[in-house]
Amino acid sequence: MNGPEALGILGAITILLTLFEMMRRHRLREKYAVIWFVLAIGALTVALAPSLLGSVSEFLGLQVPSNLVFFVASLVLLGLSLQHSYELGRGEERVRTLAEEVALLRLRLEEIEDRPADPDDPVHD
Amino acid sequence: MSSEPHDPRVLVIVPAWNEEISVGRTISEIRRTNPDVDVLVVDDGSGDRTAERAAAAGARVARLPFNLGVGGAMRTGYRYAQRHHYDVAVQIDADGQHDPSFLPTLLKRLDDADIVIGARFARDGDSYQARGPRRWAMVLLAKVLSRIGRTRLTDTTSGFRVANRRAISVFAAHYPAEYLGDTVESLVIAIRTGCAVTQEPVDMRVREAGQASQSPFRSTIYLLRAVVALGLALVRRWPANFDDGAEPSSMIADEAKELP
Repeated sequence: MNGPEALGILGAITILLTLFEMMRRHRLREKYAVIWFVLAIGALTVALAPSLLGSVSEFLGLQVPSNLVFFVASLVLLGLSLQHSYELGRGEERVRTLAEEVALLRLRLEEIEDRPADPDDPVHD
Repeated sequence: MSSEPHDPRVLVIVPAWNEEISVGRTISEIRRTNPDVDVLVVDDGSGDRTAERAAAAGARVARLPFNLGVGGAMRTGYRYAQRHHYDVAVQIDADGQHDPSFLPTLLKRLDDADIVIGARFARDGDSYQARGPRRWAMVLLAKVLSRIGRTRLTDTTSGFRVANRRAISVFAAHYPAEYLGDTVESLVIAIRTGCAVTQEPVDMRVREAGQASQSPFRSTIYLLRAVVALGLALVRRWPANFDDGAEPSSMIADEAKELP
């Protein structure tokens, strides 16, 4: 086994172990873990069978196999950041809804708290 | 039914963000010119004494924990209107640019529409006129919205609006918080969900605080953002389906019904 190969395997295994540990500690939700898991398995496959990368590159007409890695990697990163934008937007929408509910509940609470003191309360005529 | 045609329950929603200077006067004026309406100020995360001034002027105040923009403030107001079974919800800006004495005129128009916009610059000889890119944006928005709404609108970005129960229920569920969402996109949503929109000319006053930007650069940005906002509003699917919102809030609405 040569150097780059070992490095690839090591990297893939590190990702898998980190994923496993993070999910075990409830630090990572499954929906985010899936794409990382696929990534790690992919990296492991390429590390174990480097000739695969060469033949796929050749099939696609790429001169340098590492370009295929870069291309796929940038696509994956794009997909990930898109997913994060989506999740962030959804989270913002939920925060907004909660903020609105908080405002309405606070008002309702104030109304209920103020009710018995009504005759003495100059604000509520 | 509870909605008697001659005596509708009207809620005026005043979205206010850092308007401590003008909010008190605006509310007093609303209450003086329209003594039968209830006023709800939605304090949009103000850092000043907007909420205190509004309460002192006799309004109910819902305080948002942080700034959401006019869309968030208005949806809060529409949800309040829906849960408290108001027949009509009115939007009046806190800066005093809308003259509340026009409110009865707008309310009358609800006989043949679900939403009535208090349109500025809709009369001959109006002193305030937008110019340049800002005007082009307003004309474009008005043309497109008039077409899809099969009506004649000249001022779609007015914050002076009257909505009946049907429109309230639409806006309580869907009121965008994005740029121009509170005016343009909300109208698109209303039209798409079958609300009839019309307008009534009103006089607009010079703002008591703040002034709309008139520099050519900023007007051009405004035009571009308006085009984007309108385009998005037109191609979006409505009603939107976020997996939040509608269901929990209707549950809360049922709870509120049982309370006195």
